[in-house]
Amino acid sequence: MKLLAAVMLAWALLAPRFAAAALDAPTVNRLAAEDTDEKIQAIARIAESAEPQALAVLQALADDVLYVLADGRVAIFAGERMHDAATGVEITPVPESRDAIAINNRVRREINTAIAALKLTAPERAIRLASARELQNSAEPELLPLIKRALEKEADPEIRAILALTEASASLKSGDPAVRLAAVRTLAASDNPGVKLLLSTMLEKTGDGNFNEPDAKVRDEIRAALKEIDARLSKLESVGNLFYGLSLGSVLLLAALGLAITFGLMGIINMAHGELLMIGAYATYSVQQAFKAWLPAHVDWYLAAAVPSAFLAAAAIGMVLERSVIRWLYGRPLETLLATWGISLLLIQTVRTLYGAQNVEVANPGWMSGGIALAGGLVLPWNRIFIIVFAALVLALVWLMLNRTRLGLFVRAVTQNRAMADCLGVPTRRVDTLTFGVGSGIAGLGGVALSQIGNVGPELGQQYIVDSFMVVVLGGVGQLAGTIIAAIGLGEVNKFLEPYAGAVLAKIAVLVFIILFIQKRPQGLFALKGRSAEA
Amino acid sequence: MTPFTRALVGLYTARRWAAIGALMALLLVAMPVAHLALPADHPLHLSAFWINLAGKIMCYAMVAIALDLIWGYTGILSLGHGLFFALGGYAHGMYLMRAIGRDGVYQSNLPDFMVFLDWKEYPWYWSFTEHWWYAMLLVVLVPGLLAFVFGYFAFRSRIKGVYFSIITQALTFAAMLLFFRNNLGFGGNNGFTDFKRVLGYTITAPETKTALFMITATALLAALLACRYIVTCKLGRVLAAIRDSESRLMFCGYNPLWFKLFVWTFSAVLCGIAGALYVPQVGIINPSEMSPANSIEAAIWVAVGGRGTLSGAILGAVAVNGAKSWFTNVFPEYWLYALGLVFILVTLFLPRGIVGLLGGRRPS
Repeated sequence: MKLLAAVMLAWALLAPRFAAAALDAPTVNRLAAEDTDEKIQAIARIAESAEPQALAVLQALADDVLYVLADGRVAIFAGERMHDAATGVEITPVPESRDAIAINNRVRREINTAIAALKLTAPERAIRLASARELQNSAEPELLPLIKRALEKEADPEIRAILALTEASASLKSGDPAVRLAAVRTLAASDNPGVKLLLSTMLEKTGDGNFNEPDAKVRDEIRAALKEIDARLSKLESVGNLFYGLSLGSVLLLAALGLAITFGLMGIINMAHGELLMIGAYATYSVQQAFKAWLPAHVDWYLAAAVPSAFLAAAAIGMVLERSVIRWLYGRPLETLLATWGISLLLIQTVRTLYGAQNVEVANPGWMSGGIALAGGLVLPWNRIFIIVFAALVLALVWLMLNRTRLGLFVRAVTQNRAMADCLGVPTRRVDTLTFGVGSGIAGLGGVALSQIGNVGPELGQQYIVDSFMVVVLGGVGQLAGTIIAAIGLGEVNKFLEPYAGAVLAKIAVLVFIILFIQKRPQGLFALKGRSAEA
Repeated sequence: MTPFTRALVGLYTARRWAAIGALMALLLVAMPVAHLALPADHPLHLSAFWINLAGKIMCYAMVAIALDLIWGYTGILSLGHGLFFALGGYAHGMYLMRAIGRDGVYQSNLPDFMVFLDWKEYPWYWSFTEHWWYAMLLVVLVPGLLAFVFGYFAFRSRIKGVYFSIITQALTFAAMLLFFRNNLGFGGNNGFTDFKRVLGYTITAPETKTALFMITATALLAALLACRYIVTCKLGRVLAAIRDSESRLMFCGYNPLWFKLFVWTFSAVLCGIAGALYVPQVGIINPSEMSPANSIEAAIWVAVGGRGTLSGAILGAVAVNGAKSWFTNVFPEYWLYALGLVFILVTLFLPRGIVGLLGGRRPS
């Protein structure tokens, strides 16, 4: 008795599910009907049932893998196995006699609509989103009821936004001017780039001289909407330019900050500065490879180790250079320039020998891929944001080092009056070496940043050397504030000129601007005042 | 003797004149004869490779003299002389491109790269370049004018020392970026190449090559004598004064602007001529000639030879470029090491260059 009750209970619980999982067999069998109208009716019924199996059946029909068997059953035959279309039960062995169900274009259209509708109400969010996006590009008025129904059920805001937009574009083709007017108003608030094209084609004239949009009132509304969209897009573009300008400025700042210390404070023209950047980038690469080899689980955090390694590597090389070559050339800037150029050639060739002449691949850590999506398709990539934040941090550290540490005090003292500092017991020689090391180390940090946004190759430094010198020259010697303003300013000017002139001409314009600028202020933006100015 | 010949003879001592005469005899008589007249299997036969290499190095030597004039004597280090060299080359290259005629790949009246861009006619700045004399005018005028305008602005605001060097480097860098652009009408990346003839002579013929070689040698001699004249006359003393103490010179009542501007423009023109001679011999001119690295390399020729000694500049250009072509043949991967070391060692240990090492007199 108990056993019977249990069986009954199980049956009661399971029966509705079986019923729900299975489609109504006679309806499915009607798909095999000769008459197109009957087929279409069957498709509509199946779509309405909203069963999980319905999508599979309709997809099979669209893919021409739906067969009718000798006993009238309809089955899906895909990949050597056959399943009953209505129940999903596998049919073995596969019957020899079967006919493919042929469909014409009219049926195909109906199937596509039905599939889209089914997908729009699918339980998985990803399927609904993909389907909504697909529909957005082919909005037809006959899909309107379907979209409306999906909108009623939809809870996800992203999908709702797409659907609302699709509804509006489909409504634009409606025969009722009031519906079209409402649709235009909805579209005016959209950031989709396709909307502009859609609306402006409505204003164009067709071959017979009539507007695509017959109603004058709707046309006025479209014009207003287009204006609104344009205003919003240009604002968006400015925000994008501002951001990319800031990010380029941060790159320039990181590249030039070390130079501002070695050139600005110490008066050393270090043409190998770009190669110190390159060494920082290669240090990042080496740390990445080491993580891949020994700590593959934590490879996403290799940057945490790369930052100190790059700093130390570049600083060590910088100090060796200072001790071995540059020290002997103090007070002879032109000779320093040539000697450091020689050093840069040696460093380039050494890296080529060690790592090969090809670019090496430094991958962004996982957490740095993607970005913040703003309205209107503007994406602020995480790696660019990282660089801006990183530049700000490095800047803060340099400022603290110069203004709050004993070394910084010595550096400033030696810069202002070397002889007096020496008399007061400042170890000027050691301060020189350490300062040069810090400047080189900061170049190494710049290299870490550069490795995240561009190619890493032996010639990396050569691309930045001219730019970094321009920043320091424009900013004025011996002033961090000048370097910051010059770097960010050059970055912004470059990015705002780019849309009009192209990247190369923008760069040339900036160079010409600097040449003209130092006509007016030969000492840069922030000139040193007092006796040291003419030194 | 006319005043001119007297001035000319006074430039060098008799011993120096004898050395110059011997060198010229070698360049203008012995080498052409060894190349053209002697049969190929003769032990003294000089192959086309050597004529070509020597011609090329003499062009570099002209650049070195020009740079020495401005750096060694006036104390202004230019890191942008490659630009003037390339501009002279491009100016002559325009004529050479038009002299190709319809023998290009596309058999059009236009150069191949213009056909590629789908241009139908020459842009305005190519007008008259089918005339050789006009191209020669451009060779002098374009670098000269650019140097004059740039120099005027730079010297007027008293930009000097490393600032000037960096700005000139930026200038040549900007120009390189500009010339890389295809739609500028100068062939973009590839520049000008595949020349067929110059003034009607086939450019690859040994006779033409030898003639170009001899013209280059003569031009080098003329450049040397002109520069020697400049540095030994009164003007040269003002230049040295600018180098040694510009502010003191100003207190003496001189305005350094025009002196600097003259020698700067003259130096640029010399470079332009060197570039114009270089292009038909090498057969190509492209924007990489304007890369900052090339201009710095020119500075090291002068430093190696010895600054402030014009003959040293020639010596340096020959030594460095000779070493370069040897290295790139035998140990290509070590050339940058060698060059880098030369930069470092010469600045550290040989401030007066090879000439100083040979015990020559101190530079003026």
